[in-house]
Amino acid sequence: MIELHNISKSFGEHDVLKDIQASFERGKVNFVIGRSGSGKSVMTKCTVGLIEPDQGHVSYDGRNFTALSRRDRKEIRQEIGMLFQGSALFDSMTVQENVSFPLKMFSGMTDAEIDRRASECLERVELADAGSRFPAECSGGMQKRVGIARAIAMNPKYLFCDEPNSGLDPQTAIVIDQLIMEITREYNMTTVVISHDMNSVMEASDTIHFVHEGRILWRGDRGGLLAGGVPELEDFVFASELMRRIRKGGQV
Amino acid sequence: MKAYLRAMRWLFHIGRYMQLLSASFRRPEKGRVFRSLLIRELDAIGTQSIGIVALLSLFMGAVICLQTAHQIGGWIPVYTIGFTVRQTMILEFSPTLIPVILAGKVGSNIASQIGTMRVTEQIDALEIMGVNSAGYLILPKIIAGLCIVPFLVILSMVMGVGAGAWVGVATGVSSLADFEYGMQVDFHVFDVIYALTKTVAFGFILTSVSAYHGYYAAGGALEVGRSSTRAVVWSVVIIMVTNLILTQMLLN
Repeated sequence: MIELHNISKSFGEHDVLKDIQASFERGKVNFVIGRSGSGKSVMTKCTVGLIEPDQGHVSYDGRNFTALSRRDRKEIRQEIGMLFQGSALFDSMTVQENVSFPLKMFSGMTDAEIDRRASECLERVELADAGSRFPAECSGGMQKRVGIARAIAMNPKYLFCDEPNSGLDPQTAIVIDQLIMEITREYNMTTVVISHDMNSVMEASDTIHFVHEGRILWRGDRGGLLAGGVPELEDFVFASELMRRIRKGGQV
Repeated sequence: MKAYLRAMRWLFHIGRYMQLLSASFRRPEKGRVFRSLLIRELDAIGTQSIGIVALLSLFMGAVICLQTAHQIGGWIPVYTIGFTVRQTMILEFSPTLIPVILAGKVGSNIASQIGTMRVTEQIDALEIMGVNSAGYLILPKIIAGLCIVPFLVILSMVMGVGAGAWVGVATGVSSLADFEYGMQVDFHVFDVIYALTKTVAFGFILTSVSAYHGYYAAGGALEVGRSSTRAVVWSVVIIMVTNLILTQMLLN
């Protein structure tokens, strides 16, 4: 479980996060939703330690990550996998090398074992034949899948996905959503997905946190989301005609 | 007020540069990975720069020979041509102008490579995995610069003086014997040591300053381009200032 305790963060005069309290459960796909600029990405960066919060702390299964030194954080960081919005694959490396990279740096495995594990991960995301390609030779959906393969290479306990479906067509987006759901169950990970794609939320979420102007304004699940009750959440969720029709239970 | 703000901005950059250097010089995570990165950088900075260094040195040596022959005008001993070519190449052209040229070629490459990794979140990916991104990306470049730039400068000295001799003899402005005599007259090994000492410092500056500008690039392609330009401009400025300081220190 990942817990955020009273996290606040400001940039100059601008308070981006205000006293955030959240917990993300193990074995579940935990969605963080909200409008662009609501503070989702800063919250994620504070959670994984890319940005230091001004106040509060983050704990990973009871371990206070924020209080740890850089060296001690390394141990927890090796338990974290992350899928970035733009995939963030190393463009000078092949797909196989990208997936092997964390293993080479930290696993202590032999070259043969690393190759075998990387191939397993690529097979898991159905890219067994793409190992020799460079990221630039892969489609957006393939890059996301390589990102997932790299993220799970070290058998992580925690998986963060930042806008995993951005720039993908609806069918590929569903494939990525399903993959995230499946590997969350398989590895019994604590998965946190940052998204504003309502299709994804309806497809893959177990729990949902709604961030608005730097605060967690609502938490619940898919059923609660459609029930509404919080005006800001309703404005966000039912912004599209499609979602409004779903709510009315009418023909889409 | 403006001067104060400018001074504060300078101090900010100097402090951040020092912090980055301190992070870069931490012990690498994996010796084997570091060695392979170092070899790659030695090739990128050294081997791939041999062509341009050789070409410029050949032409500079040849031009210095012809210009000196024109200036001495028949009333200064002809061996002065060999002496002047040697002194110019060893004392100033090779140790100072070759690093300046490398700042343009290698420095812009380093800044744009690291800058692109920054804006495409590849550096964030390294950090989240627990890799010291500064050490992984910057240290091999600095060590490669320290090792290979002196070799390029020695190559430049040899090729410049050789080209001067060849052009002098080919155009009839000097006999080979006169040129050789001029090359040897009043030669001090300290001049070469002085030149190589400067070169090591310039190798450090051109790699670390360029890496600094790339590492802190923010935004998109436009900003990567700007950081690349800033890297070249600042590397050249700092090389020139350091040249003045080192010359004063070493020659006194």
